[in-house]
Order: sequence, then C-alpha cells, then structure tokens
Amino acid sequence: MTALVLVEVENGAVRQASRSAVAAASRFGAVDAIVFGDGAQAAAALPGVTRVLSVPGLVNDLAEPAADLLAARAKDYSHIVAAASATGKNILPRLAGLLDVQPIPDVVEIKDADTFVRPIYAGNALATVRSADSIKVLTVRGSNFDPIAAEGGSAAIETVEAPASEKSVFVKVELSASDRPELESARVVISGGKGLKDAANFKLLEPIADKLNAAIGASRAAVDSGFAPNEMQVGQTGKIVAPELYIAVGLSGAIQHLAGMKDSRVIVAINTDPEAPIFKVADYGIVGDLFEVLPTLEKAL
Amino acid sequence: MTMKVLVPVKRVVDYNVKVRVAADGSGVETQGVKMSMNPFDEIAVEEAVRLREKGAAKEVVVVTVGAQAAQDVLRTAMAMGADRAILVRTDDTLEPRAVANVLKAIATREDAGLICMGKQAIDDDMNATGQILAAKLGWPQGTFASAVTVADGRIEVAREIDGGTEVVSLTLPAVVTADLRLNEPRYASLPNIMKARKKPLETVEIDSLGVDTASRLTVVSVAEPAERKEGVKVNSAAELVEKLKTEAKVI
Repeated sequence: MTALVLVEVENGAVRQASRSAVAAASRFGAVDAIVFGDGAQAAAALPGVTRVLSVPGLVNDLAEPAADLLAARAKDYSHIVAAASATGKNILPRLAGLLDVQPIPDVVEIKDADTFVRPIYAGNALATVRSADSIKVLTVRGSNFDPIAAEGGSAAIETVEAPASEKSVFVKVELSASDRPELESARVVISGGKGLKDAANFKLLEPIADKLNAAIGASRAAVDSGFAPNEMQVGQTGKIVAPELYIAVGLSGAIQHLAGMKDSRVIVAINTDPEAPIFKVADYGIVGDLFEVLPTLEKAL
Repeated sequence: MTMKVLVPVKRVVDYNVKVRVAADGSGVETQGVKMSMNPFDEIAVEEAVRLREKGAAKEVVVVTVGAQAAQDVLRTAMAMGADRAILVRTDDTLEPRAVANVLKAIATREDAGLICMGKQAIDDDMNATGQILAAKLGWPQGTFASAVTVADGRIEVAREIDGGTEVVSLTLPAVVTADLRLNEPRYASLPNIMKARKKPLETVEIDSLGVDTASRLTVVSVAEPAERKEGVKVNSAAELVEKLKTEAKVI
C-alpha cells in the first residue's frame, strides 16, 4: 500500500501539520507527497517520503484544479492524506466527491488501514469508524501525531502539469504578518476571551507571549466581538491546538472552545468567575481580575 | 435576477446541550434532548435571505434530509425568510456522501443557481457535504465564507484560511459554505413564525429520488474522551510561575 500526502509548504518550509500527516500516513506503507506551487525541495527532504509530485503551476491551493489532479492520480494509492488544515479541509472532501468515497476528517488515531478514531460533537465523543471505500481519503489532526523531522530524506521529484481552473479564480489573499510561532505548532499558547473587553486590551497578552515565545489565540466570542482576527480563533471550528502550555485569559471555556485546546499538556486559567467551565479542565487556576494578574505574571516570568 | 438559492439545513442536538455517550457505545443520547437548526445553517439561511432582499436572488428554497421531526428546522428557516421548503424524508442517518447525492438530485430538479450551506454540522463535525456536493455537480466551491458578493454571473467569496483571508471569484452556479463571521442571523419574529406556517412545505420520500444513500463508514464504537482532572487554584502569579517551573516543569 502507498499513501499520497498533500504537503503544505510555507516560506520554504513544510508546515508542521503536514509533517504530522506524513507521520500518520507512513503507518499505511510507503509515502508519496504532492506539493502545489513551489516547495518540492522541502518535501523531498522529509524522511520516509519516496517520491514528490511537484505541481509548480498550481498556486494558491484552488480546490477545483487541486481535486481534479488528485483524482487523476488516486488509483495508484490506498490512502490520500492531508493535515486537517484550511487547505486540507477545502480540497480533500472535494476529492472524495470526485472519487465517490466518504471522507474521514479530523482523524486523531489510526487503528489499522481501514479503522480510524475521530472526534464528534465538538470532541465530547470519540467515534471509531471503519471505512469500506477502496481509497481512503482522510485529514489528520496534527496535534495527535508526532511530526517527522524536516530533514534527512532525499525523494525523487516528478514535475506534474497543473490542470486549468476556469470556474474558480484566485483574487487575493491577506495574511496577517506575525513574528510569533504558528498557533498549531507553538510550544506555548496564550489565548484571550471577552474578559479582555476590547481589541486594545488584547495587546496585554503580547508581553507575556514575548517572554514565553508563545502564539496568541482567541475565543470565538473575542473574534466575533472584533478583538482579534479570525485566524486566531481556537476551538471546534477554529484551530485545534495541543501545546505544552496553554494559558486561557478571561475566557469562560465554552464547549466549542474546549474542543480546540483540551488536549494541551498543562492548562492555566485566569478568570474572575470561579465557576467558569475553563477551571474544570485547568491544571492551575487563578481566580482574579486579569487586568491585575497579567502585569504581575509578566513580572514573575 | 432570476437566481434561485438552495439552502440545505440540518436538525442537530442544540449547541448548548452537553451530549452524553450512550451506555452501549453505539452513539450519543438524543432521546429527549433539545434539537435545533445547525448554527452554521442559520448563517447560510440568513445570507440567502439577504441576497434575495438585495435583489441578487429571486427565491430561497430550504431543504433538509431527515425524519418527519426535521420539519421544525424548515419552519424556522421559513420564519427567517426562506420562501418554501422541501423535506426529503428518511429515518436513516445519512453520511455526507449520501446527503450530497440527495442534494444533487434536488439542486438539479430545482435548477438552483447557488447553494448556500453551513460549513459543518456540529453533530458529526464532518465539514464535507458542501465540498462533496460541489464536486458531484461539477460546480466551483467557496468554502468557509466570511463575505460574498454576487455580480455579473459570478460570486466573489472571502474565505477564512489558516493565515488570514483569501478571496476567490467563482462562476455561477456554485456552492458556498458559511463560516461564523459571514453574518449574524436574525431572530424570527412572532408574526413571521405565524406566516411561516402557511408557506409551502413539500415532502419527498427519499426512495423516489433513486440515488445511492448507502453508508461507507461503519461506526465500530462511540466512547467518552478521557476526562481531565480538575487542577488546583493558586493565589498569585508568582505562585503560578513557581508551580509551572518546579511542578509542571513546563517553563
């Protein structure tokens, strides 16, 4: 059996979530990688990757040509795998539609080549499902599979022509510029909620994030209120994170937020309300006014 | 503008309910649990109604695939402003692939110009039906939409992606899946709830569509996730830092 992994390359480096996807896919047998746009070299350096299909002509990850191309190559593979990223979740279900198979999203555990565990109901239950499809199309959660190293391999690179995209055209992209680590791969994440009261106060998290080299996240309520941009949302429908240390500041811990962070190794909660559900999952809690706690925390670090 | 917008909706366990796994591990308890329209689908209904109000669409048709009780969410959608509804009746639980086959048949029958739907249902959390449906129809897709504009036979969709926002322009017909920030759905007013009772609701037996609704996944078991132990409260930031260093050894 050979698996094909959609590998995402950003600024010349393979995203950590994609390295986790390669680690997961190697459970099935040999691994080929496919890279859209530039970045085939980075994918070829991944240990355990046999062959890289490089599609330099397919930039911006448009789902329509990407899924067409994957479908044309699918018959060579038993499994087609991607990270459960915005790109993976856009393209892979479309591929499944073209192949007429049922995709298996957000896999957190691989039991065998046909059997997978995935969270349902915002992670309040774990379903073990067995697929009867001849080609399995799955996305995997990076936080549940240790990523393979970025270097050490030397796969052959085959260049592939990109199919045309007439129905879908890329217009523009606005990426938030940040020197901080990515939310999904950061060792420490500090997240703010509505308790921060406004966008200006959200900046109070920055000095602590600087000291801990942390990524900054936000609750859905904070994003909906305009305190933070959407790409910072942690939760069921935002980013799923599992850092070594997660610090929740002024957020209550709604079910859908917990779904995105409760696998963190150590959780700290700072909240004025001692009954806030976030304390139920926190290893360490401080009941208090975040506007008083944050400056003292910064000093203590 | 003569465009018809089709909005598929799903009846799910209300988002405020903390679900419990059934004792026999076959699924989660849904008996006697409050059910509602999937929150992402409410956003999709709202967006479709706004398109009609702006004159970009002529008619909003909502459709659901489910048991008789799923009529509730169709009535809710019509109280929000949808013009009419279709219940594709089945007592089975269908996977996204099967639902997409049903929706393709309905979209073709209705000659839909746009399908606007939630990006994911909060029960199975699949985030797949819209993409599968787009593939099966051969239509382009604008997933995880935070803004849409219809003009000159195309739809421009701003999409929430991992690093920020991306904009794509799609030919119509197309499938758009709604993310949280697309809009804030209106509440149905009492007069509109009354009015919705008189709007047309057609029931279609699923077998009459002649589509493949078989499941490809077998649920082996459903289990509770490991519970986290509740930790300790500390009194100061200094004590917290001390514990993170010496006890948790995380900083």
